[in-house]
Amino acid sequence: MNIGKQFKEGLITNNPVLVQVLGTCSTMAITTSFFNGLGMGLSVLIILTLSNIIISAIRKIVPDKIRIAMFIVVIACFVTCVDLLLQAFIPDLSKALGVFLPLIVVNCIILGRAEAFCYKNGVVASTFDGIFQGLGYTAVLMVMSVFRELFGSGTFGAGVISPDGIRIIPEQFPAKLLTLPVGGFICLGFLIAIMQWALTKSKNKTEKEESK
Amino acid sequence: MSITSLLSISMGAILVNNFIFSQFLGCCPFLGVSKKLDTAVGMGIAVTFVMGLASAVTWIVNQFILVRFDLLYMQTVVFILVIAALVQFIEMFLQKSMPSLYTALGIYLPLITTNCAVLGVALLNIQNNYSFIESVVYGITGGLGFLLAIVLFAAVRERNVFADYPKCFDGFPIALITAGLMALSFMGFSGLSVWG
Repeated sequence: MNIGKQFKEGLITNNPVLVQVLGTCSTMAITTSFFNGLGMGLSVLIILTLSNIIISAIRKIVPDKIRIAMFIVVIACFVTCVDLLLQAFIPDLSKALGVFLPLIVVNCIILGRAEAFCYKNGVVASTFDGIFQGLGYTAVLMVMSVFRELFGSGTFGAGVISPDGIRIIPEQFPAKLLTLPVGGFICLGFLIAIMQWALTKSKNKTEKEESK
Repeated sequence: MSITSLLSISMGAILVNNFIFSQFLGCCPFLGVSKKLDTAVGMGIAVTFVMGLASAVTWIVNQFILVRFDLLYMQTVVFILVIAALVQFIEMFLQKSMPSLYTALGIYLPLITTNCAVLGVALLNIQNNYSFIESVVYGITGGLGFLLAIVLFAAVRERNVFADYPKCFDGFPIALITAGLMALSFMGFSGLSVWG
């Protein structure tokens, strides 16, 4: 299995959010501050990797008919663990993510990877797939949350660096709209558009080189 | 609990705190199954039905099993299993008794299990301390809000085909921006409290 190729797929060419368009609910809902984005991204990264390992390990003993139910039980167990750990050690994050933390269970990225990748591949490949797909998801969350926090409320790193973050844009200027649900839809729309533009451009370039 | 409180819950779930436009629950089917108006209507009705039923069943399970035996930490696992079983049961029931509806819904029926609006409504009912009737009303009206949103969105999206936009916005981006503008118009309902 080619690790470099998997890395590129997870982050760019087969990015879970921007190319496969999975897990959009949480992407749009919680990216109002860098703190939330980072916390959610890392939670999903950990859960995705662990569930990928378990699912690829048990894939041969699970009957085909009940595999989806098995996947969901495995994922739900890890989500519960992470949920309880965050409640105990980082209660602020747990409060900020709210209902979206238990909802990682139905995040299509995790179930999607289980069905599309882990059910057909070995443990090692699935582990790396989990890490890279999780990184791809985290990267998108970070870009969106930094953008929305900076231009929506004019601060950076609220909750991470200091309780209110560093104020970069004076209070009267930021477009408050970006922190509202509207901003989530429009930001993600533009991000996917940029991604499609870049992908078609690089595809055209390689086609040109090949035709030469 | 009175009629007015139930009405304010329903108003909130359908318009003010619409599941899609202000809470981002159920976005995946919302974006995936809204290319055609008739499938969108079918999906919306199926989701409404499952959400109402799931609210009732999860409330009972939570109250009489999880709370009584002090197993609240198992909430997520139990709820998702209950929902999965429920969807499977509805699928079998429809297949036997209403085959025409079953074929119309097709692949969307099993997909409802992974719709975050269904698990979301179950968790929100517990979080908001709703009584049994309030939970069921919240589930059904939340589903109606989803139906309203997906039908409006599908109708707009069908007309998007004739719009002139940059080529890289093809597919999801233009849909998301449409949804964003619809969310903006739904913001007009915030602060609406006729019966509150």
